[in-house]
Amino acid sequence: MTMTTAIAAPRISKRAIIDWLGIAPFMIFALMFLIVPTLYLVTGAFLTPEGELTFKNIADLFTPSILSAYWISIRVSVASSLGGALIGFFLAWAIVLGGVPTWVRSGLLTFSGVASNFAGVPLAFAFLATLGRTGLVTVFLRDWFGFNLYSTGFNLLSFFGLTITYMYFQIPLMVLILTPALDGMKKEWREASEILGASHWQYWRMVALPILWPSLLGTTLLLFANAFGAIATAYALTGSSLNIVPILLYAQIRGDVLHNPNLGYALALGMIVITGISNILYIWLRMRAERWQK
Amino acid sequence: MKAQRLGAWIAIAIGAGYFIIPLLGTLEFSLRMRRGQYSFDAYESVFSDIQFRETFGYSMLMAFLTIVFGMLLVVPTAYWVRLRLPQVRPVVEFITLLPLVIPAIVIVFGYLRLYNSSSVLPLTGSTSGTNALLMFSYMTLSLPYMYRAVDTAMRAIDVRTLTEAAESLGAKWPTILFRCIFPNVMSGVLSGSFITFAIVMGEFTMAALLNRPAFGPYLQLVGANKAYEPSALAVIAFAITWLSMGLIQLVSRFQKSAPAKA
Repeated sequence: MTMTTAIAAPRISKRAIIDWLGIAPFMIFALMFLIVPTLYLVTGAFLTPEGELTFKNIADLFTPSILSAYWISIRVSVASSLGGALIGFFLAWAIVLGGVPTWVRSGLLTFSGVASNFAGVPLAFAFLATLGRTGLVTVFLRDWFGFNLYSTGFNLLSFFGLTITYMYFQIPLMVLILTPALDGMKKEWREASEILGASHWQYWRMVALPILWPSLLGTTLLLFANAFGAIATAYALTGSSLNIVPILLYAQIRGDVLHNPNLGYALALGMIVITGISNILYIWLRMRAERWQK
Repeated sequence: MKAQRLGAWIAIAIGAGYFIIPLLGTLEFSLRMRRGQYSFDAYESVFSDIQFRETFGYSMLMAFLTIVFGMLLVVPTAYWVRLRLPQVRPVVEFITLLPLVIPAIVIVFGYLRLYNSSSVLPLTGSTSGTNALLMFSYMTLSLPYMYRAVDTAMRAIDVRTLTEAAESLGAKWPTILFRCIFPNVMSGVLSGSFITFAIVMGEFTMAALLNRPAFGPYLQLVGANKAYEPSALAVIAFAITWLSMGLIQLVSRFQKSAPAKA
Protein backbone atom coordinates (compact mmCIF):
# COMPACT_ATOMS: atom_id res chain seq x y z
CA MET A 1 0.00 0.00 0.00
CA THR A 2 2.61 2.51 1.05
CA MET A 3 4.95 1.29 -1.69
CA THR A 4 2.41 1.78 -4.48
CA THR A 5 1.62 5.31 -3.40
CA ALA A 6 5.33 6.08 -3.14
CA ILE A 7 5.84 4.93 -6.71
CA ALA A 8 2.66 6.49 -7.99
CA ALA A 9 3.11 9.84 -6.30
CA PRO A 10 5.69 11.43 -8.65
CA ARG A 11 3.76 10.30 -11.71
CA ILE A 12 0.55 11.74 -10.38
CA SER A 13 2.15 15.04 -9.54
CA LYS A 14 3.75 15.31 -12.98
CA ARG A 15 0.41 14.62 -14.56
CA ALA A 16 -1.19 17.09 -12.20
CA ILE A 17 1.23 19.81 -13.30
CA ILE A 18 0.32 19.20 -16.96
CA ASP A 19 -3.35 19.18 -16.01
CA TRP A 20 -3.08 22.55 -14.33
CA LEU A 21 -0.95 23.97 -17.14
CA GLY A 22 -3.85 23.24 -19.47
CA ILE A 23 -6.05 25.87 -17.86
CA ALA A 24 -3.19 28.28 -17.16
CA PRO A 25 -3.99 30.56 -20.16
CA PHE A 26 -7.56 30.91 -18.97
CA MET A 27 -6.53 31.56 -15.38
CA ILE A 28 -3.92 34.13 -16.43
CA PHE A 29 -6.49 35.87 -18.64
CA ALA A 30 -9.07 35.90 -15.85
CA LEU A 31 -6.54 37.25 -13.36
CA MET A 32 -5.23 39.96 -15.68
CA PHE A 33 -8.45 41.24 -17.15
CA LEU A 34 -11.09 40.44 -14.58
CA ILE A 35 -9.90 39.68 -11.08
CA VAL A 36 -6.84 41.87 -10.52
CA PRO A 37 -8.42 45.05 -12.02
CA THR A 38 -11.43 44.55 -9.75
CA LEU A 39 -9.32 43.82 -6.67
CA TYR A 40 -7.21 46.88 -7.45
CA LEU A 41 -10.31 49.08 -7.16
CA VAL A 42 -11.55 47.24 -4.09
CA THR A 43 -8.27 47.72 -2.21
CA GLY A 44 -7.99 51.29 -3.52
CA ALA A 45 -11.29 52.04 -1.83
CA PHE A 46 -9.64 51.43 1.55
CA LEU A 47 -6.50 53.50 0.89
CA THR A 48 -5.63 57.17 1.00
CA PRO A 49 -3.96 58.65 -2.13
CA GLU A 50 -0.69 58.21 -0.18
CA GLY A 51 -1.36 54.49 0.23
CA GLU A 52 -2.37 54.30 3.89
CA LEU A 53 -5.27 52.30 5.21
CA THR A 54 -8.43 54.34 5.74
CA PHE A 55 -12.18 54.01 5.95
CA LYS A 56 -12.75 57.64 5.07
CA ASN A 57 -13.57 56.84 1.40
CA ILE A 58 -16.33 54.48 2.46
CA ALA A 59 -17.62 57.04 4.97
CA ASP A 60 -17.54 59.72 2.25
CA LEU A 61 -19.97 57.67 0.19
CA PHE A 62 -22.60 58.70 2.70
CA THR A 63 -22.55 62.33 1.64
CA PRO A 64 -25.82 63.69 0.21
CA SER A 65 -24.78 63.94 -3.45
CA ILE A 66 -23.42 60.38 -3.67
CA LEU A 67 -26.23 58.95 -1.55
CA SER A 68 -28.78 60.56 -3.85
CA ALA A 69 -27.05 58.97 -6.87
CA TYR A 70 -27.27 55.55 -5.23
CA TRP A 71 -30.84 56.22 -4.19
CA ILE A 72 -32.03 57.12 -7.70
CA SER A 73 -30.11 54.17 -9.17
CA ILE A 74 -31.73 51.80 -6.70
CA ARG A 75 -35.17 53.29 -7.36
CA VAL A 76 -34.84 52.96 -11.14
CA SER A 77 -33.50 49.41 -10.78
CA VAL A 78 -36.22 48.34 -8.33
CA ALA A 79 -39.02 49.91 -10.38
CA SER A 80 -37.82 48.50 -13.71
CA SER A 81 -37.14 45.04 -12.25
CA LEU A 82 -40.54 44.87 -10.51
CA GLY A 83 -42.34 46.17 -13.60
CA GLY A 84 -40.36 43.86 -15.85
CA ALA A 85 -40.95 40.90 -13.55
CA LEU A 86 -44.69 41.53 -13.34
CA ILE A 87 -45.33 41.95 -17.07
CA GLY A 88 -42.79 39.23 -17.88
CA PHE A 89 -44.52 36.84 -15.51
CA PHE A 90 -47.92 37.40 -17.10
CA LEU A 91 -46.45 36.97 -20.57
CA ALA A 92 -44.71 33.73 -19.57
CA TRP A 93 -47.91 32.56 -17.90
CA ALA A 94 -49.90 33.41 -21.02
CA ILE A 95 -47.68 31.37 -23.35
CA VAL A 96 -47.29 28.38 -21.01
CA LEU A 97 -50.69 28.05 -19.34
CA GLY A 98 -52.93 30.50 -21.16
CA GLY A 99 -53.80 28.20 -24.05
CA VAL A 100 -52.55 30.48 -26.83
CA PRO A 101 -51.41 28.94 -30.13
CA THR A 102 -47.83 27.67 -30.33
CA TRP A 103 -46.79 30.25 -32.93
CA VAL A 104 -47.43 32.96 -30.33
CA ARG A 105 -45.18 31.11 -27.91
CA SER A 106 -42.30 30.59 -30.33
CA GLY A 107 -42.71 34.12 -31.69
CA LEU A 108 -42.56 35.68 -28.24
CA LEU A 109 -39.58 33.57 -27.16
CA THR A 110 -37.62 34.42 -30.31
CA PHE A 111 -38.45 38.08 -29.94
CA SER A 112 -37.44 37.99 -26.26
CA GLY A 113 -34.06 36.55 -27.24
CA VAL A 114 -33.51 39.52 -29.51
CA ALA A 115 -35.00 42.25 -27.31
CA SER A 116 -33.12 41.18 -24.17
CA ASN A 117 -29.95 41.86 -26.15
CA PHE A 118 -31.23 45.10 -27.64
CA ALA A 119 -29.95 47.51 -25.04
CA GLY A 120 -27.46 50.30 -24.95
CA VAL A 121 -27.48 53.43 -27.07
CA PRO A 122 -29.93 52.32 -29.82
CA LEU A 123 -32.58 51.52 -27.22
CA ALA A 124 -32.42 55.10 -26.01
CA PHE A 125 -32.91 56.30 -29.61
CA ALA A 126 -35.92 54.04 -30.01
CA PHE A 127 -37.64 55.49 -26.95
CA LEU A 128 -36.77 59.05 -27.91
CA ALA A 129 -38.38 58.45 -31.29
CA THR A 130 -41.46 57.01 -29.57
CA LEU A 131 -42.03 59.03 -26.41
CA GLY A 132 -39.78 62.03 -26.98
CA ARG A 133 -41.24 65.47 -27.58
CA THR A 134 -41.83 64.75 -31.27
CA GLY A 135 -42.04 60.97 -30.91
CA LEU A 136 -44.67 58.79 -32.54
CA VAL A 137 -46.84 58.22 -29.48
CA THR A 138 -46.54 61.82 -28.27
CA VAL A 139 -47.56 63.19 -31.68
CA PHE A 140 -50.32 60.59 -32.05
CA LEU A 141 -51.85 61.51 -28.70
CA ARG A 142 -51.63 65.21 -29.52
CA ASP A 143 -53.08 65.04 -33.05
CA TRP A 144 -55.82 62.50 -32.46
CA PHE A 145 -56.89 63.08 -28.89
CA GLY A 146 -55.66 66.63 -28.28
CA PHE A 147 -53.75 65.23 -25.32
CA ASN A 148 -50.39 66.79 -24.58
CA LEU A 149 -48.30 64.14 -22.84
CA TYR A 150 -45.63 66.59 -21.79
CA SER A 151 -48.13 68.92 -20.11
CA THR A 152 -48.83 66.18 -17.55
CA GLY A 153 -45.28 66.54 -16.24
CA PHE A 154 -44.16 63.45 -18.13
CA ASN A 155 -40.56 63.59 -19.24
CA LEU A 156 -38.63 60.80 -20.90
CA LEU A 157 -35.41 62.15 -19.43
CA SER A 158 -36.47 61.34 -15.89
CA PHE A 159 -36.82 58.56 -13.36
CA PHE A 160 -40.06 57.37 -14.91
CA GLY A 161 -38.79 57.63 -18.48
CA LEU A 162 -35.65 55.66 -17.70
CA THR A 163 -37.70 53.01 -15.91
CA ILE A 164 -40.01 52.31 -18.83
CA THR A 165 -37.04 52.31 -21.20
CA TYR A 166 -35.17 49.75 -19.08
CA MET A 167 -38.29 47.58 -18.96
CA TYR A 168 -37.84 47.02 -22.69
CA PHE A 169 -34.97 44.62 -21.99
CA GLN A 170 -36.16 43.55 -18.52
CA ILE A 171 -39.48 42.06 -19.65
CA PRO A 172 -37.93 39.75 -22.30
CA LEU A 173 -35.27 38.59 -19.85
CA MET A 174 -37.98 37.66 -17.34
CA VAL A 175 -39.91 35.79 -20.05
CA LEU A 176 -36.79 33.85 -21.08
CA ILE A 177 -35.92 32.75 -17.55
CA LEU A 178 -39.42 32.16 -16.24
CA THR A 179 -40.87 30.18 -19.15
CA PRO A 180 -38.81 27.04 -18.33
CA ALA A 181 -39.80 27.38 -14.65
CA LEU A 182 -43.50 27.48 -15.59
CA ASP A 183 -42.98 24.60 -18.02
CA GLY A 184 -41.65 22.63 -15.06
CA MET A 185 -44.93 22.90 -13.15
CA LYS A 186 -46.38 19.42 -13.27
CA LYS A 187 -49.94 18.87 -14.41
CA GLU A 188 -50.37 16.32 -11.61
CA TRP A 189 -50.03 19.05 -8.96
CA ARG A 190 -52.97 20.92 -10.39
CA GLU A 191 -55.03 17.74 -10.81
CA ALA A 192 -54.23 16.61 -7.29
CA SER A 193 -55.29 19.94 -5.82
CA GLU A 194 -58.49 19.94 -7.87
CA ILE A 195 -59.38 16.42 -6.67
CA LEU A 196 -58.83 17.59 -3.11
CA GLY A 197 -61.36 20.35 -3.80
CA ALA A 198 -59.06 23.35 -4.12
CA SER A 199 -60.28 26.37 -6.02
CA HIS A 200 -58.28 28.00 -8.78
CA TRP A 201 -57.13 30.70 -6.37
CA GLN A 202 -56.20 28.19 -3.65
CA TYR A 203 -54.11 26.22 -6.14
CA TRP A 204 -52.10 29.32 -7.04
CA ARG A 205 -51.76 30.56 -3.48
CA MET A 206 -50.93 27.26 -1.77
CA VAL A 207 -49.23 25.17 -4.50
CA ALA A 208 -48.01 27.14 -7.48
CA LEU A 209 -46.67 30.31 -5.86
CA PRO A 210 -44.78 28.55 -3.04
CA ILE A 211 -42.99 26.52 -5.74
CA LEU A 212 -42.46 29.49 -8.04
CA TRP A 213 -41.43 32.17 -5.57
CA PRO A 214 -37.70 31.36 -5.58
CA SER A 215 -37.68 31.64 -9.38
CA LEU A 216 -39.76 34.82 -9.29
CA LEU A 217 -37.75 36.55 -6.59
CA GLY A 218 -34.42 35.29 -7.94
CA THR A 219 -35.11 36.52 -11.45
CA THR A 220 -36.31 39.88 -10.11
CA LEU A 221 -32.98 40.23 -8.32
CA LEU A 222 -31.15 39.37 -11.54
CA LEU A 223 -33.13 42.08 -13.34
CA PHE A 224 -32.28 44.49 -10.55
CA ALA A 225 -28.54 43.88 -10.94
CA ASN A 226 -28.93 44.06 -14.70
CA ALA A 227 -30.45 47.54 -14.50
CA PHE A 228 -28.10 48.75 -11.77
CA GLY A 229 -24.94 48.22 -13.82
CA ALA A 230 -26.33 49.56 -17.11
CA ILE A 231 -25.03 52.89 -18.31
CA ALA A 232 -25.15 53.26 -22.10
CA THR A 233 -28.94 53.62 -22.37
CA ALA A 234 -29.14 56.15 -19.56
CA TYR A 235 -26.18 58.14 -20.87
CA ALA A 236 -27.57 58.34 -24.40
CA LEU A 237 -31.05 59.15 -23.10
CA THR A 238 -30.35 61.75 -20.47
CA GLY A 239 -26.75 62.81 -21.01
CA SER A 240 -25.60 63.56 -17.50
CA SER A 241 -28.85 65.18 -16.35
CA LEU A 242 -30.02 62.12 -14.40
CA ASN A 243 -27.43 61.45 -11.75
CA ILE A 244 -27.42 57.64 -11.44
CA VAL A 245 -24.36 55.86 -10.01
CA PRO A 246 -22.91 54.50 -13.29
CA ILE A 247 -23.12 57.98 -14.84
CA LEU A 248 -21.48 59.53 -11.79
CA LEU A 249 -18.72 56.90 -12.01
CA TYR A 250 -18.37 57.59 -15.74
CA ALA A 251 -17.88 61.30 -15.03
CA GLN A 252 -15.44 60.44 -12.24
CA ILE A 253 -13.34 58.25 -14.57
CA ARG A 254 -13.39 60.92 -17.26
CA GLY A 255 -12.44 63.85 -15.09
CA ASP A 256 -12.24 63.13 -11.34
CA VAL A 257 -15.39 65.14 -10.56
CA LEU A 258 -15.24 63.98 -6.93
CA HIS A 259 -11.70 65.41 -6.58
CA ASN A 260 -10.52 62.22 -4.90
CA PRO A 261 -9.49 59.19 -7.00
CA ASN A 262 -9.88 56.83 -4.07
CA LEU A 263 -13.45 57.98 -3.51
CA GLY A 264 -14.03 56.86 -7.11
CA TYR A 265 -12.79 53.39 -6.12
CA ALA A 266 -15.21 53.39 -3.21
CA LEU A 267 -18.02 54.30 -5.63
CA ALA A 268 -17.07 51.31 -7.79
CA LEU A 269 -16.88 49.09 -4.70
CA GLY A 270 -20.40 50.13 -3.76
CA MET A 271 -21.62 49.03 -7.21
CA ILE A 272 -19.87 45.66 -6.93
CA VAL A 273 -21.33 45.09 -3.46
CA ILE A 274 -24.89 45.81 -4.62
CA THR A 275 -24.75 43.76 -7.85
CA GLY A 276 -22.77 41.06 -6.04
CA ILE A 277 -25.31 40.63 -3.25
CA SER A 278 -28.24 40.49 -5.66
CA ASN A 279 -26.44 37.91 -7.82
CA ILE A 280 -25.48 35.71 -4.86
CA LEU A 281 -29.11 35.77 -3.68
CA TYR A 282 -30.20 34.97 -7.23
CA ILE A 283 -27.90 31.91 -7.43
CA TRP A 284 -29.04 30.73 -3.99
CA LEU A 285 -32.71 31.12 -4.91
CA ARG A 286 -32.15 29.36 -8.22
CA MET A 287 -30.68 26.37 -6.41
CA ARG A 288 -33.79 26.30 -4.23
CA ALA A 289 -36.01 26.53 -7.30
CA GLU A 290 -34.24 23.65 -9.02
CA ARG A 291 -35.25 21.26 -6.25
CA TRP A 292 -38.68 21.09 -7.87
CA GLN A 293 -37.47 20.75 -11.41
CA LYS A 294 -35.97 17.29 -11.13
CA MET B 1 -61.01 28.36 -18.85
CA LYS B 2 -62.43 30.93 -21.22
CA ALA B 3 -61.58 33.79 -18.85
CA GLN B 4 -58.07 32.40 -18.59
CA ARG B 5 -57.60 32.41 -22.35
CA LEU B 6 -58.94 35.96 -22.55
CA GLY B 7 -56.49 37.02 -19.84
CA ALA B 8 -53.66 35.37 -21.74
CA TRP B 9 -54.54 37.26 -24.92
CA ILE B 10 -54.75 40.54 -23.00
CA ALA B 11 -51.26 39.89 -21.57
CA ILE B 12 -49.93 39.06 -25.03
CA ALA B 13 -51.54 42.18 -26.49
CA ILE B 14 -50.01 44.45 -23.82
CA GLY B 15 -46.61 42.81 -24.24
CA ALA B 16 -46.74 42.97 -28.01
CA GLY B 17 -47.74 46.64 -27.84
CA TYR B 18 -44.86 47.41 -25.50
CA PHE B 19 -42.42 45.62 -27.78
CA ILE B 20 -43.67 46.76 -31.17
CA ILE B 21 -44.69 50.41 -30.65
CA PRO B 22 -41.12 51.65 -29.93
CA LEU B 23 -39.90 49.80 -33.03
CA LEU B 24 -42.64 51.37 -35.15
CA GLY B 25 -41.88 54.73 -33.59
CA THR B 26 -38.20 54.40 -34.47
CA LEU B 27 -38.92 53.28 -38.00
CA GLU B 28 -41.43 56.07 -38.57
CA PHE B 29 -39.11 58.70 -37.10
CA SER B 30 -36.21 57.53 -39.26
CA LEU B 31 -38.32 58.12 -42.40
CA ARG B 32 -39.41 61.63 -41.38
CA MET B 33 -36.31 63.59 -42.37
CA ARG B 34 -37.74 65.13 -45.53
CA ARG B 35 -40.50 67.55 -44.61
CA GLY B 36 -44.03 66.45 -45.48
CA GLN B 37 -43.27 63.01 -46.86
CA TYR B 38 -41.54 59.79 -45.92
CA SER B 39 -38.09 59.22 -47.37
CA PHE B 40 -34.88 57.31 -46.81
CA ASP B 41 -32.90 60.54 -46.47
CA ALA B 42 -31.78 59.73 -42.93
CA TYR B 43 -30.39 56.39 -44.08
CA GLU B 44 -28.63 58.02 -47.01
CA SER B 45 -27.14 60.57 -44.66
CA VAL B 46 -25.95 57.77 -42.35
CA PHE B 47 -24.45 55.62 -45.07
CA SER B 48 -22.66 58.54 -46.70
CA ASP B 49 -21.09 59.55 -43.39
CA ILE B 50 -17.46 58.51 -43.54
CA GLN B 51 -17.35 58.20 -39.76
CA PHE B 52 -20.14 55.67 -39.91
CA ARG B 53 -18.14 53.48 -42.26
CA GLU B 54 -14.96 53.85 -40.27
CA THR B 55 -16.45 53.11 -36.85
CA PHE B 56 -18.61 50.31 -38.23
CA GLY B 57 -15.57 48.72 -39.86
CA TYR B 58 -13.52 49.16 -36.70
CA SER B 59 -16.16 47.43 -34.57
CA MET B 60 -16.56 44.64 -37.15
CA LEU B 61 -12.82 44.02 -37.03
CA MET B 62 -12.87 44.11 -33.22
CA ALA B 63 -15.77 41.65 -33.14
CA PHE B 64 -13.90 39.31 -35.48
CA LEU B 65 -10.70 39.43 -33.41
CA THR B 66 -12.65 39.01 -30.17
CA ILE B 67 -14.35 35.92 -31.56
CA VAL B 68 -11.12 34.34 -32.83
CA PHE B 69 -9.10 34.94 -29.67
CA GLY B 70 -12.08 34.26 -27.41
CA MET B 71 -12.64 30.87 -28.98
CA LEU B 72 -8.93 30.04 -28.86
CA LEU B 73 -9.15 30.68 -25.13
CA VAL B 74 -12.55 29.19 -24.33
CA VAL B 75 -12.65 25.97 -26.38
CA PRO B 76 -9.35 24.45 -25.12
CA THR B 77 -10.24 25.48 -21.56
CA ALA B 78 -13.71 23.96 -21.66
CA TYR B 79 -12.24 20.84 -23.27
CA TRP B 80 -9.48 20.52 -20.73
CA VAL B 81 -11.82 21.03 -17.78
CA ARG B 82 -14.14 18.31 -19.05
CA LEU B 83 -11.31 15.89 -19.80
CA ARG B 84 -8.77 16.37 -17.06
CA LEU B 85 -9.96 18.74 -14.35
CA PRO B 86 -13.63 18.12 -13.60
CA GLN B 87 -12.94 19.16 -10.01
CA VAL B 88 -12.24 22.80 -11.00
CA ARG B 89 -15.41 23.05 -13.07
CA PRO B 90 -17.32 25.06 -10.44
CA VAL B 91 -14.41 27.50 -10.13
CA VAL B 92 -14.10 28.02 -13.89
CA GLU B 93 -17.85 28.39 -14.25
CA PHE B 94 -17.92 30.90 -11.44
CA ILE B 95 -15.16 32.95 -13.10
CA THR B 96 -16.99 32.92 -16.44
CA LEU B 97 -20.09 34.32 -14.72
CA LEU B 98 -18.21 37.15 -13.00
CA PRO B 99 -18.52 39.58 -15.95
CA LEU B 100 -22.28 39.45 -15.40
CA VAL B 101 -21.82 40.37 -11.74
CA ILE B 102 -19.17 43.08 -12.02
CA PRO B 103 -20.52 46.02 -14.07
CA ALA B 104 -18.57 46.70 -17.27
CA ILE B 105 -17.83 50.26 -16.17
CA VAL B 106 -16.10 48.95 -13.04
CA ILE B 107 -13.96 46.51 -15.05
CA VAL B 108 -12.81 49.19 -17.47
CA PHE B 109 -12.14 51.56 -14.55
CA GLY B 110 -9.78 48.90 -13.19
CA TYR B 111 -8.04 48.60 -16.58
CA LEU B 112 -7.47 52.34 -16.79
CA ARG B 113 -5.80 52.38 -13.39
CA LEU B 114 -3.88 49.12 -13.78
CA TYR B 115 -2.62 49.50 -17.36
CA ASN B 116 -2.05 53.27 -17.57
CA SER B 117 1.08 54.68 -19.15
CA SER B 118 3.02 54.80 -15.88
CA SER B 119 2.33 51.19 -14.89
CA VAL B 120 4.31 47.97 -15.36
CA LEU B 121 2.26 47.02 -18.40
CA PRO B 122 1.43 50.36 -20.08
CA LEU B 123 -1.21 49.08 -22.50
CA THR B 124 -3.07 52.39 -22.72
CA GLY B 125 0.17 54.18 -23.60
CA SER B 126 -0.03 53.23 -27.28
CA THR B 127 -2.80 52.87 -29.85
CA SER B 128 -2.11 49.21 -30.57
CA GLY B 129 -1.90 48.51 -26.84
CA THR B 130 -5.27 50.18 -26.26
CA ASN B 131 -6.78 48.25 -29.16
CA ALA B 132 -5.50 45.03 -27.60
CA LEU B 133 -6.91 46.06 -24.23
CA LEU B 134 -10.29 46.82 -25.82
CA MET B 135 -10.26 43.37 -27.43
CA PHE B 136 -9.46 41.75 -24.08
CA SER B 137 -12.28 43.72 -22.49
CA TYR B 138 -14.69 42.43 -25.16
CA MET B 139 -13.43 38.91 -24.56
CA THR B 140 -14.19 39.41 -20.87
CA LEU B 141 -17.69 40.74 -21.60
CA SER B 142 -18.53 37.83 -23.90
CA LEU B 143 -16.95 35.17 -21.67
CA PRO B 144 -20.21 34.13 -19.95
CA TYR B 145 -21.99 33.59 -23.28
CA MET B 146 -19.06 32.01 -25.14
CA TYR B 147 -18.22 29.59 -22.34
CA ARG B 148 -21.79 28.46 -21.84
CA ALA B 149 -22.41 28.00 -25.58
CA VAL B 150 -19.23 25.93 -26.02
CA ASP B 151 -19.70 23.95 -22.83
CA THR B 152 -23.28 23.06 -23.78
CA ALA B 153 -22.10 21.84 -27.19
CA MET B 154 -19.34 19.83 -25.51
CA ARG B 155 -21.83 18.13 -23.22
CA ALA B 156 -23.43 16.56 -26.29
CA ILE B 157 -20.24 14.83 -27.44
CA ASP B 158 -18.15 12.25 -25.59
CA VAL B 159 -14.92 14.20 -25.18
CA ARG B 160 -13.02 11.33 -23.56
CA THR B 161 -13.82 8.71 -26.19
CA LEU B 162 -13.12 11.15 -29.02
CA THR B 163 -9.75 12.00 -27.50
CA GLU B 164 -8.80 8.38 -26.91
CA ALA B 165 -9.84 7.42 -30.41
CA ALA B 166 -7.77 10.23 -31.89
CA GLU B 167 -4.81 9.36 -29.67
CA SER B 168 -4.87 5.70 -30.62
CA LEU B 169 -4.83 6.74 -34.27
CA GLY B 170 -1.64 8.66 -33.52
CA ALA B 171 -2.99 12.21 -33.43
CA LYS B 172 -1.00 14.87 -31.57
CA TRP B 173 -2.61 17.52 -29.34
CA PRO B 174 -3.05 20.22 -32.00
CA THR B 175 -4.68 17.69 -34.31
CA ILE B 176 -7.03 16.48 -31.58
CA LEU B 177 -8.01 20.01 -30.66
CA PHE B 178 -8.41 21.59 -34.08
CA ARG B 179 -9.51 18.68 -36.24
CA CYS B 180 -11.46 16.66 -33.73
CA ILE B 181 -12.84 18.82 -30.91
CA PHE B 182 -13.40 22.16 -32.70
CA PRO B 183 -15.50 20.74 -35.57
CA ASN B 184 -17.62 18.79 -33.11
CA VAL B 185 -18.50 21.84 -31.03
CA MET B 186 -18.95 24.08 -34.07
CA SER B 187 -22.60 24.81 -33.22
CA GLY B 188 -21.55 26.14 -29.81
CA VAL B 189 -18.68 28.09 -31.33
CA LEU B 190 -21.04 29.68 -33.84
CA SER B 191 -23.76 30.56 -31.30
CA GLY B 192 -21.14 32.07 -29.01
CA SER B 193 -19.68 33.98 -31.96
CA PHE B 194 -22.98 35.52 -33.05
CA ILE B 195 -23.89 36.71 -29.57
CA THR B 196 -20.36 38.11 -29.18
CA PHE B 197 -20.80 39.90 -32.48
CA ALA B 198 -24.05 41.48 -31.26
CA ILE B 199 -22.45 42.53 -27.97
CA VAL B 200 -19.33 44.05 -29.53
CA MET B 201 -21.21 45.97 -32.24
CA GLY B 202 -23.37 47.84 -29.73
CA GLU B 203 -20.92 48.16 -26.84
CA PHE B 204 -20.45 51.70 -25.57
CA THR B 205 -18.82 51.91 -22.14
CA MET B 206 -15.51 50.14 -22.80
CA ALA B 207 -14.81 51.82 -26.13
CA ALA B 208 -15.81 55.29 -24.89
CA LEU B 209 -13.63 55.14 -21.79
CA LEU B 210 -10.68 53.65 -23.70
CA ASN B 211 -11.17 56.39 -26.33
CA ARG B 212 -11.35 54.08 -29.32
CA PRO B 213 -13.36 54.99 -32.48
CA ALA B 214 -15.91 52.18 -32.17
CA PHE B 215 -19.53 52.05 -33.33
CA GLY B 216 -21.06 52.46 -29.86
CA PRO B 217 -19.47 55.83 -29.05
CA TYR B 218 -20.24 56.97 -32.61
CA LEU B 219 -23.93 56.17 -32.02
CA GLN B 220 -23.87 58.23 -28.84
CA LEU B 221 -22.18 61.13 -30.64
CA VAL B 222 -24.75 61.13 -33.44
CA GLY B 223 -27.54 60.92 -30.85
CA ALA B 224 -26.28 64.04 -29.14
CA ASN B 225 -25.97 66.07 -32.36
CA LYS B 226 -28.51 64.97 -34.96
CA ALA B 227 -32.27 64.54 -35.11
CA TYR B 228 -33.27 61.79 -37.55
CA GLU B 229 -30.05 59.85 -38.07
CA PRO B 230 -30.16 58.26 -34.58
CA SER B 231 -33.44 56.54 -35.43
CA ALA B 232 -32.02 55.22 -38.69
CA LEU B 233 -29.00 53.94 -36.74
CA ALA B 234 -31.27 52.33 -34.13
CA VAL B 235 -33.11 50.51 -36.93
CA ILE B 236 -29.76 49.31 -38.31
CA ALA B 237 -28.57 48.23 -34.85
CA PHE B 238 -31.81 46.35 -34.26
CA ALA B 239 -31.40 44.61 -37.61
CA ILE B 240 -27.88 43.53 -36.60
CA THR B 241 -29.19 42.09 -33.33
CA TRP B 242 -32.00 40.28 -35.16
CA LEU B 243 -29.52 38.88 -37.67
CA SER B 244 -27.21 37.57 -34.94
CA MET B 245 -30.03 35.98 -32.93
CA GLY B 246 -31.64 34.56 -36.06
CA LEU B 247 -28.37 32.90 -37.01
CA ILE B 248 -28.10 31.41 -33.50
CA GLN B 249 -31.58 29.88 -33.87
CA LEU B 250 -30.61 28.52 -37.26
CA VAL B 251 -27.41 26.99 -35.89
CA SER B 252 -29.14 25.38 -32.90
CA ARG B 253 -31.80 23.90 -35.17
CA PHE B 254 -29.02 22.54 -37.37
CA GLN B 255 -27.36 21.06 -34.29
CA LYS B 256 -30.52 19.26 -33.23
CA SER B 257 -30.86 17.55 -36.59
CA ALA B 258 -27.15 16.71 -36.85
CA PRO B 259 -26.99 13.57 -34.65
CA ALA B 260 -29.66 11.88 -36.77
CA LYS B 261 -27.44 12.25 -39.81
CA ALA B 262 -24.37 10.87 -38.01
